[in-house]
Amino acid sequence: MTTVSDRRQLAYIAAQASDARINVELETEGMTLNIGPQHPATHGTLRIITRLDGEMVVWAEPSCGYMHRGYEKLTEVRSFPQVTTLINRIDWLGSFANEVPFILAAEKLMGVEAPARAQYIRTVLFELSRIANVSLFLGDMGVQLGAITPVFYAFRDREHVLNQIEAVTGGRFHPNFDRIGGLKDDLPKGWIDETKATMDKMRSFCDEMEDLLVGNEIFIKRTRGVGVIPRDVALSFGLSGANLRASGVDWDLRRDQKLPMAWDKAEWKVWTHPDGDCFARYWVRLQEVRESTRIIDQLLDSLPAGPIMAKVPRIIKVPEGEAWVSTENPLGEMGYYVISKGDTGPFRVKIRSASFNNISVASWVLKGTFVPDVITILASLYFILGDIDR
Amino acid sequence: MSRLSSTDAPAAPAVDELRQGVLARMQASLGDALAGSHLIPGDDLWMRVRADAWVAAGEFVRDQLGCDYFCFLSAIDWMPSPYGKGEDDPTEPPPERSTETVPGYAGGDTRMQVFARVYSTKQRFGLTLKADVADDAPHIASWTPVYAGANWHEREAWEMFGITFDGHPNLTHIYLPGDFEGHPLRKDFPLLARMVKPWPGIVDVEPMPGGEETGEAE
Repeated sequence: MTTVSDRRQLAYIAAQASDARINVELETEGMTLNIGPQHPATHGTLRIITRLDGEMVVWAEPSCGYMHRGYEKLTEVRSFPQVTTLINRIDWLGSFANEVPFILAAEKLMGVEAPARAQYIRTVLFELSRIANVSLFLGDMGVQLGAITPVFYAFRDREHVLNQIEAVTGGRFHPNFDRIGGLKDDLPKGWIDETKATMDKMRSFCDEMEDLLVGNEIFIKRTRGVGVIPRDVALSFGLSGANLRASGVDWDLRRDQKLPMAWDKAEWKVWTHPDGDCFARYWVRLQEVRESTRIIDQLLDSLPAGPIMAKVPRIIKVPEGEAWVSTENPLGEMGYYVISKGDTGPFRVKIRSASFNNISVASWVLKGTFVPDVITILASLYFILGDIDR
Repeated sequence: MSRLSSTDAPAAPAVDELRQGVLARMQASLGDALAGSHLIPGDDLWMRVRADAWVAAGEFVRDQLGCDYFCFLSAIDWMPSPYGKGEDDPTEPPPERSTETVPGYAGGDTRMQVFARVYSTKQRFGLTLKADVADDAPHIASWTPVYAGANWHEREAWEMFGITFDGHPNLTHIYLPGDFEGHPLRKDFPLLARMVKPWPGIVDVEPMPGGEETGEAE
């Protein structure tokens, strides 16, 4: 990395000293602190090993694998429709969004395209998962900084979204609703109006969060200028989603690639922030939820009639080939590299999950920060453990 | 192998100037080291480079082609699994299975390949790079100096496939316990859960009663 600030250089020197277990400057002893795997400030069981010099982190390394479930191996012994059950559980707060890129990859290999109505409903459910996922972050970020109230609002309003997802799919967390060629079912009666009312609630939730946190002086002091990830570092580590956009990169796979989905049928905006700090990451996600509600409203207004399932064989055999499909999931870029040998199941599936890359930057960004900021930075990078460990 | 290589690419009439230009520039820069390619116009591009040009290819796509965004790096074991899908009857002797290696897009000569994907956020395209790694003691140069994000991905590929990345600063286990033996994503590593108990999900993929195997969904 070329970007080396003074504080980073100081941290480097301190790390050298801490190796000798003695700080020459302050004559204090270095200390190794484990944050996690069981710690209130970690989501799931991520463990961060930090070496401290006083309050300053001189070295940090996330240790993953406490929840590794070997999904890539398991996909090799399952049929294509069975795989969605597994990948539902990667990012469990936005499950439906996990299914979509895999189904799209299988459809790409088969040369099947879902009917327009299915594409619209897929996109609506995808954005609903984003709201369910990111709204929790919007409240949870407050908790990590000591503000208890926002998370209760987040859980309260997220419930409305989960109810809408449940009304369509039957599952609050693991819908398993996407099928090769379309969707399992059509929307239930009255769902469209209810969802629009929910979107109004989510917009006022965003306003509440803006009032409670974004304008809060303590929140600003704790997040502005903390955990700055410059643009080139973010790209080189493969950060994606709001983490990348908060570093000023105008890159959103919903807009920047062609997919048989309905995002291009709606008017919405990709928000970026030039700062790359914790505040920017929060702010970008807040705007993203607002944009998602706009997308859903517009797509529900223009929902085309028609079938929700294309003609596909009952026993699905995917022709030989390789396909890569990724989408802009709530946490960032989630993609599947699917290799098929013409069988009922995939030959190999490489799962590219967003949090794995997003959290790999931690050892870079945590160097030279202070212990309370470690929690802020990790919260703002926003990972789901299942998305790191797969 | 030739079936899937660029020599007889699928007959798509569309001309993809962007990806063809990328391929031509890559060819001019790497010469012989570009061992194969596969292009689906308007969709995607695969390029296979010789293992000794892996880092040079990475630097070229980063600096010259503007692929600034690192997506992922992993490996593929092309040997079909000798255990099939782990659905054998444990009381019967296992059936004969071919373990002949058949490579995918852009070809390949070895059992294992390293592959990586990068994007250009300005020109808005992505490409997949592949490289063959030798069958015995597989190793390849590390991409960590090219893309910092390759660090964790190479650790994962190392423990899952047993591919050594030369020059990697910290090639240690990332998911598995430190004393784990074997490389789970290699095809000859059995899925033990399937070995000890027959898989109940097999009934899901059997033909439905009364339905034909290729019957259309109603």
